[in-house]
Amino acid sequence: MVPLTHYLIFSAVLFTIGVFGVLVRRNVIVVFMSIEIMLNAVNISLIGFDRYFDQNDGQIFSFMVMCVAAAEVSIGLAIIISLFRNKPTVNLDEFNILKG
Amino acid sequence: MIFYPIAALCIALALAVVLNKNPINSAMSLIGMMLGLAAIFAFLQAHFIAILQIIIYAGAIMVLFMFVIMLLNLKEDAGSWMARDKNKLLNGLTAVMLVGGLYKIIDVLTQTDFKAAPAVQDSFGTVARIGEALFTDFVLPFEVASILLLAAMVGVVVLAKSKLD
Repeated sequence: MVPLTHYLIFSAVLFTIGVFGVLVRRNVIVVFMSIEIMLNAVNISLIGFDRYFDQNDGQIFSFMVMCVAAAEVSIGLAIIISLFRNKPTVNLDEFNILKG
Repeated sequence: MIFYPIAALCIALALAVVLNKNPINSAMSLIGMMLGLAAIFAFLQAHFIAILQIIIYAGAIMVLFMFVIMLLNLKEDAGSWMARDKNKLLNGLTAVMLVGGLYKIIDVLTQTDFKAAPAVQDSFGTVARIGEALFTDFVLPFEVASILLLAAMVGVVVLAKSKLD
């Protein structure tokens, strides 16, 4: 069978890939998708721990994480659409009006 | 043992999300990764969360992403898709994070603390057991989540409207 450490390592690798995507990519939509990768990695870790200790708490926490992710994605995409109306680009390097 | 090929597939798809120039390809890879994760949840006998993953993530959130990508008519990223190289601090922090993560992974791999999964009750991961916990122990987060979703809906409608005359 699969030990718990392997699930945690898988979760850590997915989370690292997500953080890499958030820091390096310049397309706003891809940054959002990397945030979704990070949230999914945390879900794997929560469910893995629940399975190995026969509890409910992690699954309900994972349910709340999905709920928050849905709210965050909808608001984030609405913000992107509003930004796109002003300046028709999705490149993060070009949003520098607030820069000193 | 079928966890390992599916985990490798999920990692490959996550890398495809991050390294792809076309945002549509990234979105399709992300859908594939979420379906793979739903399969892993099903192997862990968390059936409720596996179905929720498909319905909420792959069925609603990724469809929203596709709507926006097609609405904005995004093509491939022109020019370089990575951050410009002038920010040495960002590159250094990214490298330190990746190397630190790799070191920790190898460190954990060389220790064997947890053994195989103990047997769980038959009701693990079923809708009945999670529903019972959700409405007795966790009823407050449940209600707060509904308020959060209401606030998100109102916010999205306000943000995405055209100018109010």
